[in-house]
Formats: sequence, C-alpha cells, structure tokens
Amino acid sequence: MLLGVAIAMVAFYAPLDEDGLNQKIFYFHVPIALTAYACFGWGAWKGLRHLWKRSPGADLESYVAIHQGVIFAAMTLVTGSIWARYRWGHWWLWSSKQLVLFLVLFLFYSAYFMLRFSVEPGPRRANLSAVYAIFGVVLIPVSFLAIRLASDYIHPVAFEPSGPQMSGSQFLTFCVCLAAMLSLFAALYRLELAGKRIDARLRELRELLG
Amino acid sequence: MSGYFADVAALARKDLLLELRARDTLPAMLLFVSAALVIFHFALPAGTGELAGLGLLWVAIVFTALLGLSRAFVAEREQGMLDGLVLAPSDRSAIWLGKALAALAFLALAEVVALPLFALFFSGIDGATVAGVALADVGICSVGVFVAAMSIATRARELLLPVLFLPLAIPVIVGGVGASVAGEPARYLGFLALYDALFATICWASFEYVVTE
Repeated sequence: MLLGVAIAMVAFYAPLDEDGLNQKIFYFHVPIALTAYACFGWGAWKGLRHLWKRSPGADLESYVAIHQGVIFAAMTLVTGSIWARYRWGHWWLWSSKQLVLFLVLFLFYSAYFMLRFSVEPGPRRANLSAVYAIFGVVLIPVSFLAIRLASDYIHPVAFEPSGPQMSGSQFLTFCVCLAAMLSLFAALYRLELAGKRIDARLRELRELLG
Repeated sequence: MSGYFADVAALARKDLLLELRARDTLPAMLLFVSAALVIFHFALPAGTGELAGLGLLWVAIVFTALLGLSRAFVAEREQGMLDGLVLAPSDRSAIWLGKALAALAFLALAEVVALPLFALFFSGIDGATVAGVALADVGICSVGVFVAAMSIATRARELLLPVLFLPLAIPVIVGGVGASVAGEPARYLGFLALYDALFATICWASFEYVVTE
C-alpha cells in the first residue's frame, strides 16, 4: 500500500514538462477533491450497511472513511485556495463552485464528529452516525445545485474559475495522480481502521483482565 | 393506514395543546423575530438596497425556526416520554411527522406576524416570497425536527442543534432568497420543492433509527 505513496512521488516528477508551477497544484487539487467525494460515499455506504444489514464493524469503517474524507476535504480547500491565490490573486473565491461546495461539506462533516463525540459508544451512536452519513451524501448533489442556483443572484460572475484544458500527456499525469490519491486513501483507511480495531481489542482485554 | 394518520394527528394535537397551555415557545418566537427585524434595520447601512433586506428576512426565519425547534423535544426528554412514545405500537416515523406538523404550525404563526412586520419596516413582500416561505417551512421543519431528535440523544443536547441544522439549511436559504430576489423565482421554488421531497422522504424513512437502539 506504500506503493500508493510511491506513485504520488512519480506523479510529482511527471508534470515537470508543463507550463507554470501553479498549474501543477491542479494535479493534486482535483484528485484530492475526487478522493474526498469517494471517502464520503464510502462512509455513507458503510453507514447504510450498518443500518440495513447490521454488519458488525460497519460503523467503525464508516467513521474512519468520513474521518479520511474530512482530511481530504480540508486539503482540497487548502490546495484550491493556494491555486486561486496564484491564478486569480485572491485567497478565496465565492465564484468557484467546487470550493464553496467543499466548504459546506466540510462544515457538515465536521459536525459529524461533534455528534459522534457527544454520544456514548454503543448502538445509539452507531445509528446516529450512520443516518448522518447518509444525509451527507444526499446533501452533496443538493448543495451543488443550490450553489449553482445561488451564483445567479449573488454576484454577477466576472470569471468562472475552471480547470485547464488537458492535453494527452497532461491527462495521463492527472490519471496517475488520481490513482495515487485513491491508493493513499485506501492505505490510510486500512491503517486507521487497523489501529482503531487494535485499540478496541486492547480495551476489551483490559476489561476482561479486570 | 388510517391508524398511522390518526397517530400523527394525535401527536400533533398533543404538542399544540401543550403549547396552548404553556404559551412559552410561540411568544418567544414572535418577540425574537420582531427584535431581529429591528436589529436588521440597524445592521443595514445606507445604500444597501431592499434586496439585502429580503436576504436578511430569510436569516430571521431560519433562526426563529431554530429557536422554536430547540424546544421541540425538551418536554419528551425531561419527562422521559420519548421511551413511552417509542414503545407505543405505532410506526416511529409518526413521532417525527406529528412533531414536524406542530413545528410547522408554530413557524407559520410566527411568520404571519413576521411577514407583515417586514413589509412595514422594509419593503413589500410579493407572492413568490410567500410561496418560497411556505415551501421552505416544510423543509425547515422536516429536517429541523429530525435533527432535534438526534441532538437530544447526545450529551451536548440543544447546543448541537444549530451545528447540525445550519449546513442542512443552506440549500433552503438559497432557494428562499432566490425566490424572493431573482428575476425568475420559479426555478428556486422548484428547487425548494425538490429539497422538501428529498429530505422529508429520508427523514421519514430513517427516523426509526434515530430513536431506537
């Protein structure tokens, strides 16, 4: 799984032949964003499995996926902000729909942690977390639609920050970066999941030993 | 099926009767929204135009709703009634629907005062705004009551309600302000209807999991 990190290193070298250093941030920004969506989707799926099939351990998997998702979402906001600063001169753009969507999602999923840490561990907490995770993925398209509608009456859009058009070699680099980010998520996910399971097991043993 | 609606009606009637006797939530909401509108007058510098006022109307509505919602399950929690309701042989989602209908009634009553007051203090209210308010109320009450039930199950209780509610309320604000302000309100009203349909459905379907283990 460390292969994922290695691929990320390779991707760093590959786009060296492109124009403009700032352009390269885009190779990270979009894959990170797409990975964040994948994390939230996976978290909601695990939440659904918990509620529907009562699979044991699905709750923990959902939590870890959403935790990773929030980290990737924060990275999306940071990289997007840096890109905006160097391309357009502002640290924050309300006209960038993807960034605004991530801001809303970041707020929503940060609240997930407040919810989770406010309830005693148990089936109640698992249920509430799972339901909230499912609401999250429903919120993603609804918020996107809302942001798109809002742009009509908020500011007359002077420019629409969109990604650069990609040629062949750029597209390949992009795909490699995307694969790298997804494998990074998979690696971190397994790592955190294993860590949490060991914690739980340790706690169990401690209780058994008195 | 008639049993289900009878349950919902009974629960909604219970909440309305309790409020009629206690008379605490609704007067507070009315005073809050009036005070908020006065504050907005002082918060809008000269030259901001009437559109800014309309935007702030929606802020007032959402926060007044939040005030009312924070009291939604307090009685149940304090007197341990929620367990009793859950044990009753009816569909758990009836609890949500009954409570949401009662909340809708309170919010509508608050708006019956707030909208004319807004028209008096600021600018006129047109039909699109009223339609937007009606549709948004459904969304706010469905999601708000659902999230209120989630938050009373936690240690943080009512403190968590705004934190959970506001990100979900963002699309409602967009729909509502758009309906009031934009050139073609139909799109925004349609969007509000979509939000209502979607979220009311998932609230109805998953309320069971919020109140049971």
